Amino acid sequence: MDEKRVKCGAGSEDRMDSPAVNKLSGEKEPVLKIEHMSISFTQYDRGMRQVSLPVIRDLDVEVHAGEMVAVVGSSGSGKSLLAHGVMGVLPYNAAMDGRITYCGEELTRERIEKLRGREIVLVPQSIAFLNPLMKIGPQICKGDKRASAREKLRSIFKRYELDERVGNLYPFELSGGMNRRVLISTALMEEPKLVIADEPTPGLDLAVAKRAMAHFRELADMGAGVLVITHDLELALEVADRIAVFYAGATVEEAPVQDFQDEDSLRHPYTKALWRAMPQHGFHYIEGAQPYVKDLPAGCSFAPRCPQCGPECAREIAYRAVRGGKVRCVRGK
Amino acid sequence: MNRQRVIFFGKNIIRALLLVVCVSMITFALMKASPVDPLQANVGQAALGSMSQEQKEKLQAYWGVDTPPVEQYLSWAKDFIRGDMGVSLLYRQPVASVIAVKLANSLFLMALAWVISGILGFALGVISGMNRGKPADHVIRGYCLVISSTPVFWLALLLLMIFGVWLHIFPIGLSVPIGVEASGVTLADRLYHAFLPALTLSITGVSNIALHTREKMIDIMESDYMLFARMRGEKGWRLFRYYGFRNVLFPAVTLQFASISEIFGGSVLVEQVFSYPGLGQAAVSAGLGSDMPLLMAVTIVSALFVFGGNLTANLLYGVIDPRVRQGGKAK
Ligand SMILES: Nc1ncnc2c1ncn2[C@@H]1O[C@H](COP(=O)(O)OP(=O)(O)OP(=O)(O)O)[C@@H](O)[C@H]1O
Ligand SMILES: [Mg+2]
Repeated sequence: MDEKRVKCGAGSEDRMDSPAVNKLSGEKEPVLKIEHMSISFTQYDRGMRQVSLPVIRDLDVEVHAGEMVAVVGSSGSGKSLLAHGVMGVLPYNAAMDGRITYCGEELTRERIEKLRGREIVLVPQSIAFLNPLMKIGPQICKGDKRASAREKLRSIFKRYELDERVGNLYPFELSGGMNRRVLISTALMEEPKLVIADEPTPGLDLAVAKRAMAHFRELADMGAGVLVITHDLELALEVADRIAVFYAGATVEEAPVQDFQDEDSLRHPYTKALWRAMPQHGFHYIEGAQPYVKDLPAGCSFAPRCPQCGPECAREIAYRAVRGGKVRCVRGK
Repeated sequence: MNRQRVIFFGKNIIRALLLVVCVSMITFALMKASPVDPLQANVGQAALGSMSQEQKEKLQAYWGVDTPPVEQYLSWAKDFIRGDMGVSLLYRQPVASVIAVKLANSLFLMALAWVISGILGFALGVISGMNRGKPADHVIRGYCLVISSTPVFWLALLLLMIFGVWLHIFPIGLSVPIGVEASGVTLADRLYHAFLPALTLSITGVSNIALHTREKMIDIMESDYMLFARMRGEKGWRLFRYYGFRNVLFPAVTLQFASISEIFGGSVLVEQVFSYPGLGQAAVSAGLGSDMPLLMAVTIVSALFVFGGNLTANLLYGVIDPRVRQGGKAK
């Protein structure tokens, strides 16, 4: 197990070159395909004026079986919303548009209600997503008391090196180190084909965070499609196969992880800026902040901070395929 | 753990004692400040006029008019501490036995109302909260809002008129049938007589509990753990059974015990309307009739009763919520 972790963490290239993954991502239907997803909130302004707050405007991402895709975006950019949108649990004042396909068929409301918790599972951000008044064991089993469920729980606990006694604890009694493993355990009670991990490493130190990511990598290696939603590009680069970069409510670039070895193989100026901000590339931060959804510029939303911005950037920018990835920039090549 | 428990109980006993002292002082002070003249109220203006000075002085001594208040309070307190609650001036019986009878009647009534309103209120609140914005929620909330803005005595009068006076289904007063020996009164008789007052108290009690439970349920439905449960495919009854129930029960039970004070307050009015001889009615007659020993005892018993309700709520926290139960062990 440890050996595997090191392998997952160290080099991503040897994994990407492994024939199994390439074959899968090359030919088969993606497990999850999100096209032009938008999510907006209806809110009441001062007075009773209704305003629509488009938190996600145009999001595209694809996950294939056996593949781990990371959606990287900053805090508060609507990453959890993306997950909740796919799972069909948006709050009542939210409206979603676009097209979500699961295994080649549209993921309708009825379909997700049947599939969630079985084929499509979400691993939440923190222990706050567990019922505080239910013991861990029954909670992972969803109250199922049958011997088969208990047997399964035992094997999951063994897999994640959790003591059997953990099953008898309440969430508040867990130690920080166990939290992640307990949360991911909830995903394994069924055989998921799609695992969505929402911010799996919030505030963890690097070693623990890497191990948490490695657990998700394992799920992908077992054949599931894994979508990791995170703000941590560095960690995502360690384990993911592809990265989708999310800026001001839209995906601006989708790139295979190898492209991040070198700034020039990246396609979008924002991705390049993220790349330069990484510690090993010199911590160069760019000026400014992401625009608030209410005052987005027309055309490219990154234009105000972009060093190469020109007059053509004020028009609607298409999301187009470039060199095995995608980019939402007129100059990307 | 044991030491903690001792401290917990010690603290609460001290609190209860302080409560009794304060309540007795305030009651006494209020009574002394009341404009009701005990002689005029209990003997009557006409009778007083025809009495000799000697007779009047005797009566004044009986009603304690001539004793200085502080002295009177202290002598009452001395007796009370020794366990002697004195003799009721109105009933001419030991206060303890008067209270025992009245309390039994009231408890019967209140327990009935408390259980009905608790269970019904909880159920309605949960249904309403889980179906927020749907027709069931509108109906339940509408009912609760109408009822909670209805004065309890008015509702009592209404029920009395409909079921007692017009339909003759239920008696119009008292806790037992008239003219039947105490030994001949059956449980059915008592239930029959307590029904309307209990119904009144329940109807009003339900709305408060339901509205509070609804709020809690809505919070719970919006919580992260409910969201996650739904993402795991849970819905309907299972969602409530495994994720909502315990979480909403915990605040609801607290509320239920804390609501004892409200039922108690309501019972004073309801007992009055239905001439139901309970503690509430005794309090009213003792107050109006300047029956100092009885009034003091009634208020103290009521205060302890409500205190007991709140204390029970606190204790039950621990039984339902593991975070409190294992408070020492956690971390
Ligand atoms: N019910 C709601 N009504 C209106 N706006 C909302 C609502 N829920 C979320 N939002 C908005 O959507 C934005 C995105 O929220 P979301 O939780 O998805 O962000 P996130 O990227 O997951 O953040 P984090 O990194 O903190 O987890 C927030 O900035 C918030 O303003
Ligand atoms: Mg989030």
